[in-house]
Amino acid sequence: MRTQRLGAVLAAALTLSTAACGASEPTPEAAPATAPAGPVKLTYWTWAPNMDKIVKVWNEAHPDIQVTVSKQAGGDDAAAKFLTATKAGNPPDLVQAEYQHLPSFIAADAVADLKAETEPVKGEFGEGVWGLVTLGTDAVYAIPQDSGPMMLFYRKDLFDKYGIEVPKTWQEYGEAARTVRKKDPKVYLGTFSSKDPGAFTGLAQQAGAQWWSISGESWKVNVADEPTRKVAAFWDGLVKEGAIDDMPYFTPEWNKALNDGKLLTWPSAVWAPGVLSSNAPKAEGKWAVAPLPQWNAGENYSGFWGGSSVAVASKSPHRAAATQFATWLNTDPAALDLLVKEAAIYPAAAKAQAALGTAPEYFASQPDFWQQAATVSAGARGFTFGPNVSVTYNAFKDGFDKALQNGTPFADAVQGMQDATVADMRKSGFQIAS
Amino acid sequence: MAANASRRLTGLAPTGLLLLGAIYCLFPVSWVLIASTKSPAELFTTPTLAFGTGFLSNVTELFAYRDGVFWLWLVNTLVYAGGGALLSTAVSAISGYALAKYRFPGRTLIFNLLIGGILVPAVVLAIPQYLLFAKVGLADTYWAVLLPQILHPYSIYLARIYATAAVPDSLLEAGRLDGASELRLMTRVAMPLMTPGMVTIFLFQFVAIWNNFLLPFIMLGDDGKFPLTVGLFTLLQAGANQPALYNLILTGALLSIIPLIALFLTMQRYWRTDLSSGAVK
Repeated sequence: MRTQRLGAVLAAALTLSTAACGASEPTPEAAPATAPAGPVKLTYWTWAPNMDKIVKVWNEAHPDIQVTVSKQAGGDDAAAKFLTATKAGNPPDLVQAEYQHLPSFIAADAVADLKAETEPVKGEFGEGVWGLVTLGTDAVYAIPQDSGPMMLFYRKDLFDKYGIEVPKTWQEYGEAARTVRKKDPKVYLGTFSSKDPGAFTGLAQQAGAQWWSISGESWKVNVADEPTRKVAAFWDGLVKEGAIDDMPYFTPEWNKALNDGKLLTWPSAVWAPGVLSSNAPKAEGKWAVAPLPQWNAGENYSGFWGGSSVAVASKSPHRAAATQFATWLNTDPAALDLLVKEAAIYPAAAKAQAALGTAPEYFASQPDFWQQAATVSAGARGFTFGPNVSVTYNAFKDGFDKALQNGTPFADAVQGMQDATVADMRKSGFQIAS
Repeated sequence: MAANASRRLTGLAPTGLLLLGAIYCLFPVSWVLIASTKSPAELFTTPTLAFGTGFLSNVTELFAYRDGVFWLWLVNTLVYAGGGALLSTAVSAISGYALAKYRFPGRTLIFNLLIGGILVPAVVLAIPQYLLFAKVGLADTYWAVLLPQILHPYSIYLARIYATAAVPDSLLEAGRLDGASELRLMTRVAMPLMTPGMVTIFLFQFVAIWNNFLLPFIMLGDDGKFPLTVGLFTLLQAGANQPALYNLILTGALLSIIPLIALFLTMQRYWRTDLSSGAVK
């Protein structure tokens, strides 16, 4: 029932946004009843590295379903491109969908409900990650591929040098930040990035934030909820007193600081080894990993930064074949093994997470890397993403850029995110419960 | 003495300005050149202006990336830029010549519409063009990138101005008296006179298409049809949880400007005639 209600809400929005293009019927297209002549040809938009090699294995084993990988640029642009292609009527059959963008695909009626086909594999995934592809409804809009539970990465050698313990709580993290500044004014414990809403979202999730929820016919938007404001105020304090830096992640400046040992921690996700090994090659073997600091001692929570799923386009004429491939890719042991080795992802399937053995080369000094990750992953909590996450994320960048520049409170930026999100959803015709 | 000094000063000022401009334009290029010689380990650890030791390994790695997809992108770019610029030059030259030398009803209207077209940035048109191309089934084909760039209002405008100045009416009149057909007049009399102008248009369009990002990004889904700009972008935006392949991107960017430089060096002499002939008139 909830699906239909969600559908009604979304349909209302759609009539507004696609009226000019002729609204597509939401009725699911049945798989072709008769076997088609010749192999079914599927296109698959993804940006995971080496996906063509993995698909080759499938193609060799399944001559009747041939998949062509088209490697795209990842991120927000990929989502926009898929939505545009859907609107124009020629989307790919399969698409890599980041969890935060999946709701916008659903709102545009761009992805198919795979509930019946995915029933047998539901048990392969943890509840947290499964919720990200169902949005808490009865429908299943994608099959989870990778996930990004957050952990604290830190420079073990420099922690020893400055005599700092690994912080167990955020309070301890703050104190450690001050200690570092006293011992060496050129070094920071960490930095707050105003360019990476994904990281902030993960930290808010860890604190227990619930930015969106669907209640009956309408959405509830609560970006500026109490946990989020707590997280913002915490970082606000540290930045304002100069205890941590405010340079954004993934910039040349940041890379340099990592290489030179001027930044001691990075609260990041399980995929960080790949980034560190490419951006800070000099520090190989010097980093270690620990669970994120907690808000209350003794807790064991984390959030998600990144992660994606594989969705089937609602306009694909080969839904059954596409679903079959997506299921294989994300649940078959051989495929998962390839995903880990070739595409370097942290798999969403629970069995595959447990099967990870050797620590990443960069973390050779930490043989229990994957065990740590699995423990953290079990305590990671996400939330239902709304249909316009890109608006919220842009508001994050604008708001926090300004807050850093003008020294205004981070709380204002969080309120700005809430206001922008609500305004945009109202404009798109979503019903919003206050 | 004082007059001499002030003259030297006034002579120095433009030179200085030009030097500043040259530094402003060339510094980023030299940065790319230097950065592309650095191995991934050196890229963020050595001083900005120090050469690295990884150029050859970067190039090898780039050519090996996904079984040499770089070459495919390079060929695609050549097809888009070369083919598009040729077709665009032909269309512009013919329309410019017609607008300059023939009186026909609606001429002013067409020309004014073209002037209006110059004011509309191509970026604004990319998405509507994509929707239209998808409707006729041409999205995600080579034509989707070629066709929209053929009609270029500014080039037609240039061609018209150039034809007005470079093709004397008396010459055409003389040809007509000798019994040449209009087609022959255009191909044998007008076009040779317009060659320098056409080279200018060709170069403009070639560079514009070579550097175009948004149109192919929107139009193309198949990564085998990507031009270099969109292809290198997939290396940069490798996904939130994948490191960007900076060393490959920088090397790719450097290699992708080499054909442009070569083109400019070989076409330069035509351009020079263009500028001088304009000056004489």
